[in-house]
Amino acid sequence: MLEIKNLHVSIEEKKIIKGLDLSINKGEVHALMGPNGSGKSTLSYVLSGKDKYEINDGTIDYNGKNLLELDVDERANEGLFLAFQYPMEIPGVQTSFFLKTAINSKRKYLGQSEMDALEFAKLMKSKAEELNISTEMLKRDLNVNYSGGEKKKQEILQMSMLSPKMAILDETDSGLDIDALRIVSEGVNKLRNNDNSFLVITHYQRLLNYIKPDFVHIIADGKIVKSGDYSLALELEEKGYEEIS
Amino acid sequence: MAATEQTIKQVNTLGSSDYKYGFSTEVDEIRPPKGLNEEIIKFISAQKDEPEWMLEWRLNAFKVFNKLPKPQWAKLNIPEIDYQDCYYYSIPKSLKDKPKSLDEIDPEILETYEKLGIPLKEQKMLSGIAVDAVFDSVSVATTYKKQLSDLGIVFCSISDAVKTHPELVKKYLGSVIPVSDHSFAALNSAVFTDGSFIYIPEGVRCPVELSTYFRINAMNTGQFERTLIIADKDSYVSYLEGCTAPMRDENQLHAANVELVALDNAEIKYSTVQNWYPGDKEGKGGIYNFVTKRGACRGKNSKISWTQVETGSAITWKYPSCILQGDNSKGEFYSVAITNNMQQADTGTKMIHIGKNTSSKIISKGISAGKANNTYRGLVNILSKAKNARNFTQCDSLLIGNKCGAHTVPYIESSNSDSMVEHEATTSKINEDQLFYCQQRGLNSEDAVGLIVNGFCKEVLQHLPMEFAVEAQKLVAISLEGSVG
Repeated sequence: MLEIKNLHVSIEEKKIIKGLDLSINKGEVHALMGPNGSGKSTLSYVLSGKDKYEINDGTIDYNGKNLLELDVDERANEGLFLAFQYPMEIPGVQTSFFLKTAINSKRKYLGQSEMDALEFAKLMKSKAEELNISTEMLKRDLNVNYSGGEKKKQEILQMSMLSPKMAILDETDSGLDIDALRIVSEGVNKLRNNDNSFLVITHYQRLLNYIKPDFVHIIADGKIVKSGDYSLALELEEKGYEEIS
Repeated sequence: MAATEQTIKQVNTLGSSDYKYGFSTEVDEIRPPKGLNEEIIKFISAQKDEPEWMLEWRLNAFKVFNKLPKPQWAKLNIPEIDYQDCYYYSIPKSLKDKPKSLDEIDPEILETYEKLGIPLKEQKMLSGIAVDAVFDSVSVATTYKKQLSDLGIVFCSISDAVKTHPELVKKYLGSVIPVSDHSFAALNSAVFTDGSFIYIPEGVRCPVELSTYFRINAMNTGQFERTLIIADKDSYVSYLEGCTAPMRDENQLHAANVELVALDNAEIKYSTVQNWYPGDKEGKGGIYNFVTKRGACRGKNSKISWTQVETGSAITWKYPSCILQGDNSKGEFYSVAITNNMQQADTGTKMIHIGKNTSSKIISKGISAGKANNTYRGLVNILSKAKNARNFTQCDSLLIGNKCGAHTVPYIESSNSDSMVEHEATTSKINEDQLFYCQQRGLNSEDAVGLIVNGFCKEVLQHLPMEFAVEAQKLVAISLEGSVG
């Protein structure tokens, strides 16, 4: 699914990622943990194609394609999804309209016909119910006056509706209370299957109690310093980043 | 590539070729020589077979025009206009003897309107919208005339109205915009050619949208639109105008005067989608759009609402205003003004509160891209008798790229201590993180800009008649096509 080799990234001359290797196969959930400033979020932006980041070296293969050659929207339409740490507010654009536009952009890219209003409404309703999200919220402007928890739930709803092949969750757990955390995690768990993959970026082990990863990686100073299974997350919780890395 | 860089690059690639109404129609024209003088005015009046009083009115306006200086208040760079180097009248030969039916109209002209999406033929007419089509200096055809006249509604060209309803024209023409208001108003009064006339009788609610489609076709020709709408007591009308012109290298002048009169309990909703040719990306060519629009809420509880989407023209100079004379009358102004490349716009409104409990609302959204300049200029004037007057103004500006400008110039004058005036203004740049967010969800950069800008303009666009709201949303996106990455 995703194969990162010897990745070096800098922003405004400052080196952030310094030789990172990571391989994610179909059906796997990987957790990436690390202290602040270790390069976690940078990796999520580089994968999704945000500008301002300079790739100094390395390759990223995504399902046989050179990911770095694709535009942001092409990557998205090829099934790469980023759940944002800080989802953006877009005043005047109803959330449901935004969702419909996103779905139809993808369908257009894939050469499929537009989803009609009725089909879309059904899909949205069933997905929202599945995730315990009130459809009332979707009538409001995208993320405007949403609470932190609502924003994250909305991200998960988008993810579920777009059913990505590769989903990256960038500190989705930050600022969530326990109920929201449960809804978000359940959303991810329902979506998990043998054909898609997840990269869960987090600072705390807490989220991994709900989303059980197959692999855990610890990133420090732009490199993966240790990889293991779920037990590594528990070990980290106990000993802290200092000792492990 | 940084989004700002991309923005600028894409703005630069946005050439005039993107203007899809830029074609011109080959027709034989009747045109007097270039120049502005009494002879030309007499020629226009004679061509239109006008009564003596109308010609005198025009000649008097011309005298006034000669005494008035050009208005100077706008933040616009207007090149010196040589009024003698312009044609003031141009009509297709085939329309000289007023065609009695569409069959007598030059098929080229009918096809022009068809291409513009305004079919005039009976079987293809837009449902729910009656259209008056103006081609250069003359009205080509008016649809749904019969159905409207059964309700007592008069919807015809102003040239016809001068002859068929002289008492109404004499009473109201120039009553809202005095000839001496400023030089463009005087010029229009002297040489106005065509436009629409609407009279809605007492107690009638006009069942369809009334609409005028203005098309400038001939070269070097000014278009001097004159529109007069009168809504009698307890009546209602919704009116929409659209405008396009061919792409030409020289500038052309469109100087319009539009007057609205609302009597007791009457309501006029006036919407404009202005998409004149804006000139190319270096600023060559394009229409000078110098428009005076003013509505008088003469009656108690009357209401006038202006909605405008201004996307075209090289220069837009326009302040649709309301004179709130009647007690409890209401004025509204909803505006989206988009300037791209070298376009300039200085637009806004005036709300003059005279009657008691009058209220006004101003929502202005200015969007600037390329090297364009966009100014909101508005006056809220509350006179001493306007007890309990209220105004709410909101001006938001959105900048795309870093070579464009947005300016807000509100004037507030209040002579009444009971009144309440609120003003809110914001200026923001299109947010690169918002764009990234949309693109991460699969939208390409142009769709992302269209979505964000339409969201920004939503409060205004929702006031357009439903039939046109979707078109306007597309137009908003097209006007900014390629302006952001």
